[in-house]
Amino acid sequence: MHETTLLLIEVGALLLGMSILGRLAIRIGLSPIPFYLLLGLAFGNGGLLPLAASEEFFATGAEIGVILLLALLGLEYTAEELLIGLKSSRRAALLDGLMNALPGAAFALLLGWGPIAAVALAGVTWISSSGVVAKLLRDLGRLANRETPSVLSILVVEDLAMAFYLPVLSALVVGMSIWQGAIGVAVAVTVVVVILLIALKAGHVISRFFSADHAEPLLLGVLGLVMLVAGLAAEVSVSAAVGAFLVGIALSGRVAENASAVLTPLRDLFAAIFFVFFGLSTDSTQIVGMLLPATALAFLTILTKAVSGAYAARRAGVGTLGQWRAGLVLAPRGEFSIVIAGLAVASGLEPAIAPFATGYVLVTILAGTFLARLPDTEWFRAAVRRRAARAKRVSPAKP
Amino acid sequence: MGIRIEKVDLPGIGFRHDLVTEGGRRVSVVSYRDGERDLGIFDEDDPDQCRDTIPLSEDEAAALADVLGASVMVSRLTSLSDDTTGLFTEQIALPTDSPYLNHPLGDTKARTRTHSSVVAIMRDGQIIPSPTPSDVLRAGDVIIAVGTRAGLDAVARLLANGPD
Repeated sequence: MHETTLLLIEVGALLLGMSILGRLAIRIGLSPIPFYLLLGLAFGNGGLLPLAASEEFFATGAEIGVILLLALLGLEYTAEELLIGLKSSRRAALLDGLMNALPGAAFALLLGWGPIAAVALAGVTWISSSGVVAKLLRDLGRLANRETPSVLSILVVEDLAMAFYLPVLSALVVGMSIWQGAIGVAVAVTVVVVILLIALKAGHVISRFFSADHAEPLLLGVLGLVMLVAGLAAEVSVSAAVGAFLVGIALSGRVAENASAVLTPLRDLFAAIFFVFFGLSTDSTQIVGMLLPATALAFLTILTKAVSGAYAARRAGVGTLGQWRAGLVLAPRGEFSIVIAGLAVASGLEPAIAPFATGYVLVTILAGTFLARLPDTEWFRAAVRRRAARAKRVSPAKP
Repeated sequence: MGIRIEKVDLPGIGFRHDLVTEGGRRVSVVSYRDGERDLGIFDEDDPDQCRDTIPLSEDEAAALADVLGASVMVSRLTSLSDDTTGLFTEQIALPTDSPYLNHPLGDTKARTRTHSSVVAIMRDGQIIPSPTPSDVLRAGDVIIAVGTRAGLDAVARLLANGPD
């Protein structure tokens, strides 16, 4: 059979399979991401039926998927929102960072993967994907709840931290000596700061290059700019994804709104391809061995996330039940943990990170979907009420 | 009036406005960036949780705001046939400080001034159909008038403030 024909058949069959799995996921109220990962695992290295002809297509698609994920994340926020979020929730975000990055880093060191893998794994356990969590909040009808702003501002700070973390990580995985690494990190951080400043001061100027009213030129223009900047960023060894994120932040107003409308279907397509590709390129025979440590780490970091979420809600003056809701909704990690792991693996770091991260994300998404709904159940609410009543009896002086 | 509406940012989504009523209940409005609104009613047991959210389109939200904001015009009951005829019925509560309180209906000269007809008066749950100019307006009356949109607005103004 001709190579291209085979490619079409493989891609078509896989996309169809993803569509069916996606519907299944929505029906049982889960995020489709773990299903895409599993599908990729099934057909990838050591899987049932390795796909040969379409490998390159999926590799390129996955690259575009990461870029679009980050670009749309950037489009969601204005630079002002990022700064306000940073100011208003500094302490909660700092606690969140420490409590969730450290277990990941410690785990990598414990497994003997070395310090750079520790930085990578710290990111995997720290960053919760705002897309997954925001969607969960919306599905559960909690957007109006009083604890929601504290959850969202943690997500904002994490997303902003991503802009610094990703280039630092890519500088680290590329850098050979300590000095080269340090210079790479310094360059990366400076570039990010400069682009953020441009976005803040001149975002409207950049937006003026695009016409918000014509869908096709807008799509082509924004996609072009995103990919161009992503490529240039990768060239100066700031990660391509970060370049895309910064372009997203720089665009504002109606241009940003309409651009995210035209780019969202494209993002959905290529992001799904990215997850499948990650599964494809992960050695599925290794995943069984990694499942136990990944589960252990997942439960530890679900706990630490719950504490940091509850702390943020408490600072906002939210009651006990609301603190539980804020903490548990942060449990799933999602796509950005996979993005970070993908970056680490692509640069030839410890190959076991891929099956580990896959296991980790699978566990957190499954557990998170269940845990997030827990505070809405009647018995949970009753238990919290009973505890509150008991606490009141013990110390009646406290209101 | 000690009414406070609190505004909270929801980064990436929009913002939320909260109102705590005198009775301690919380009502909130989540405004999305794309103009959609959610009306949220909070739980009594757990004042942080929204018990029910009602998504409203931009137009629906504006219509609801109109109804909530208009203290004099109680409701636009029905349009007589359809809106194209431009004729509406409306229930208008007689303002407590109306200059026509305890005056006969004829004093308002509503028909001449506003080209709208008062077709009934609701008093203590009773209907007085086709009131005559000599029927006296009492506190708590609800006047049912038929007219154009502008005419009905004029009736409401007339009852509240007297002739312009």
